[in-house]
Amino acid sequence: MIEVRDLYKSFGAQPVLEDVSFLIENSESVAIIGRSGGGKSVLLKHIIGLLQPDAGAVLINGENIVAMNERQLLRVRRKFGMVFQGAALFDSMTVAENVAFGLRRHEHLTEAEIAKRVAATLDMVDLPGTEKKNPAELSGGMRKRVGLARAIIYEPQILLYDEPTTGLDPIVSDSIDKLIIRVRDQLKVTSIVVTHDMRSARRVGNHVIMLHAGRVYANCTPEALFASQDPVVRQFVDGVADP
Amino acid sequence: MNFLAGTWIGEWLTGLGRITLLSREAITSALTFKFSRRDLLYQIYFIGIKSQSVVLVTGAFTGMVLAVQTYIQFHRVKMDTATFAVVSVSMCSELGPVLTALMVSGRVGAAIAAELGTMRVTEQIDALRTLATHPIDYLVVPRLIASNIALPLLTIESMAIGIAAAYVVGVGLYGIDPAYGWWNMLKYSHDSDVMIGMVKSVVYGGIIALIGCYKGLSCSVGAQGVGRATTEAVVYSSITILIVNFFLTMVLEQLCIILGI
Repeated sequence: MIEVRDLYKSFGAQPVLEDVSFLIENSESVAIIGRSGGGKSVLLKHIIGLLQPDAGAVLINGENIVAMNERQLLRVRRKFGMVFQGAALFDSMTVAENVAFGLRRHEHLTEAEIAKRVAATLDMVDLPGTEKKNPAELSGGMRKRVGLARAIIYEPQILLYDEPTTGLDPIVSDSIDKLIIRVRDQLKVTSIVVTHDMRSARRVGNHVIMLHAGRVYANCTPEALFASQDPVVRQFVDGVADP
Repeated sequence: MNFLAGTWIGEWLTGLGRITLLSREAITSALTFKFSRRDLLYQIYFIGIKSQSVVLVTGAFTGMVLAVQTYIQFHRVKMDTATFAVVSVSMCSELGPVLTALMVSGRVGAAIAAELGTMRVTEQIDALRTLATHPIDYLVVPRLIASNIALPLLTIESMAIGIAAAYVVGVGLYGIDPAYGWWNMLKYSHDSDVMIGMVKSVVYGGIIALIGCYKGLSCSVGAQGVGRATTEAVVYSSITILIVNFFLTMVLEQLCIILGI
């Protein structure tokens, strides 16, 4: 279970998150939506402890990670997998080395066992036979799939996706959405997807949290959000620019 | 003006504090063997093997020019055969370690800062952290240990090639008597000269790796940030090496006198 409690964060004089609180149950799939620069990615980075808040708490299965130092956080982060907006693949390594990174660091497996797990995971993200490629040889969609393979290979309990469909064409975006749903259903993980793609949010989330002006503006099901008549929600859902 | 000075001093002290904390964390991690042996071997190859050509050329020409200058001065007072002694002592205790460190800081310090800086701006450092890997264990410690191992070995090479090159120039070009020249060199060179050079090279190895890593890990976003981090890594490590060299020389020479080495 993930609980975010009264979270505040500002960069210099610019407040980004103000009194953000919500609860995510195990195996739930949540889409965090909001305008660009609205603090979605900042919030995601607080959930995995990559950023420290000015005030507030983030509880992972009851443990407050805000009070932990970097070494203590390493233990908690083994429950997580994260897919970055730009994939953040290690560009000095091949696809197989990227995907196997977590296994090599934390599990004592033979090279044959690692190769088998890597092949199975790449198969799961529809990239079989790409082990020897370099990240520079991959398209944007393929890079995100490799990023996802790297995140799920050691079977985390919680998966975080930072704008997984940004910069991809609609067909590739659709395939990534389907992949997120497939991974969620197969691995029974808690998924948190940061996106401003409303179609994607509706498909992958069974719960939607909308951030607006640094606060949680809506916390409901996708159906309730799309049916809402609130002007701020409607403007975002319909994609209408400020007059 | 006072504000500017205050800001500059404040930034300098903050940087010094951060690099001290980085050093402490890296040394603690190194002592608990949290680093990968494979990464360490690769870094020894990158820092040690790949720096050979730069270090050998620098060492050889430094030894040669030192032989020429020393011979010209000593020839006037008929002390030609003392030339190699001066070259040997200079190469072992000063020029070998300092010039090797400066050359390696230009090649390796810049490469470390650029690599880690690029990893930072492309979120690869954050990716490491999400994969439950401490950046200091994975990135800093192998570079620090490799640098501490490679620098003394490169320095020994630099000393040897410098003395050999000086011998070739002195004997071949200026006709110094090889037997007397060699005998004088052995007479006036001491174990302590080599030991001082070795101690210095270990310290300089640490300086190069830590400043390179610190600048890379703390670089600001964008291509400009990476460029600045790279430049600063070379400039700061070179200046630090030269300043530390003065104090190390004083302390180590004094220590040798006290210990009677």
